[in-house]
Amino acid sequence: MSTQATPATITPPLWLLAELTYTCPLHCVFCSNPVDFATHRNELSTDEWIRVLTEARALGAVQLGFSGGEPLTRDDLETLVAEARRLGYYSNLITSGVGLTEARIRRLKDAGLDHIQLSFQDSTRELNDFLSHTRTFDLKRRTAALIRAHGFPMVLNCVIHRLNIDHIGRIIDLAVEIGAEYLELANAQYYGWALLNRDHLIPTREQVATAQDVVARARERIGDKLRILLVIPDYFERRPKRCMNGWGSVFLTVCPDGTALPCQAARVLPDMQYPSVRRSSVREIWYESSAFNRFRGDDWMTEPCRSCPEKQMDLGGCRCQAYLLTGNANAADPVCDKSPQHGIVTAAVAAGGTSPPGRPLIFRTPDESRRLAATPPPIGSGVS
Amino acid sequence: MTERLAPADDRVPAIPPLFRLQWEDAQQSYVLLFPEGMIKLNRSGGEILRRCDGRLTQGAVIAELNTAFAQDVGADVRAFLALATDKGWVTWRPAGATP
Repeated sequence: MSTQATPATITPPLWLLAELTYTCPLHCVFCSNPVDFATHRNELSTDEWIRVLTEARALGAVQLGFSGGEPLTRDDLETLVAEARRLGYYSNLITSGVGLTEARIRRLKDAGLDHIQLSFQDSTRELNDFLSHTRTFDLKRRTAALIRAHGFPMVLNCVIHRLNIDHIGRIIDLAVEIGAEYLELANAQYYGWALLNRDHLIPTREQVATAQDVVARARERIGDKLRILLVIPDYFERRPKRCMNGWGSVFLTVCPDGTALPCQAARVLPDMQYPSVRRSSVREIWYESSAFNRFRGDDWMTEPCRSCPEKQMDLGGCRCQAYLLTGNANAADPVCDKSPQHGIVTAAVAAGGTSPPGRPLIFRTPDESRRLAATPPPIGSGVS
Repeated sequence: MTERLAPADDRVPAIPPLFRLQWEDAQQSYVLLFPEGMIKLNRSGGEILRRCDGRLTQGAVIAELNTAFAQDVGADVRAFLALATDKGWVTWRPAGATP
């Protein structure tokens, strides 16, 4: 049996997500950054990041995402990419495309960046620009051409929700046209800003079924020239996702201020003392910190997970979702239909298709972030 | 240009630019890295793919591995490279053509 202090086995971190900054020119309504991002300042320096990259690589991390916010707002990005290449990482720039000039992409190529994930918000200028609260659609198309011209493998990422899910066919056409190798049609997951805006974003069952059909037909038509990944919202499932492949199992996120998390959303959990790379080595953080050991193994589980024959398959689902919806981080993820609180999820799905009157979409801006940090929304059953 | 040719002993397999093959100490194996993914290769998979460098023909890869493993591994190599072709991990060109 494992215990919380000494789980049976701790596997090395293989994926490192380096959130270089919370600064972003976009204001997307489904952003995964914490709602109170504007209160977290004091970004890690270049030297601190190089130490993080070096230490994580020594533990076995090999997939590296440079993310944010918009990582291009850091003028030391090229330095960090070069260091990542020297260390043997396979590096990915996760970007809105804003700031990716010809000169910059050339320097990133020379530094050894492996691939680029470019976000779009929709196949139409109107909705792209509305959802991101910026005029960026044409810029993104130009950026895509630049990425092709410099020979980078390109992953196009479009966050899907009720307002754009009916455009999936055209989004696929756009991905083919601009020459992407991969298209991720990932439904918004309801954390951070997307949870605030959930009632606007959750699609209907009919929309989800239609989208699945459109993608299946497109795969037949296009073949393996473009690989399409469709992720439907887990609210539509009866078993929870095996979140992050397990807490502290594979993924390590380092936030702009050096806070280390087992996933991007984990900052939301209460009573957690997350370690910082400013005070601890990555080895200490991964193997010894109480936060990374908190949900390893299965001793933390409560019923119905504890005695569930499927507990090793989904590991009880997502801790953040369990907390955000039930108020208890040890509870079963209520996506599971064995959870006594599964009704929270089915109610949210049933309400899909009708935007709540009097509650407009909230855009991810520093002003909204400071306002929400001062008056956080209630926990439990989402935000309604 | 690389063509999508069928595997054959006189053709040259190579790992396309979308992928990177490297040895990982922490995993004690070769891994194939690509956007958003990583395939951990078993010993024989790693030994085959690291020879798909765009210079050796499939026949030459088999000859090297027959020596390395001290047995005839031709059928295994051909089967693995057929699978790898389906997965997009290797592409093929005729021997002597410019990579």
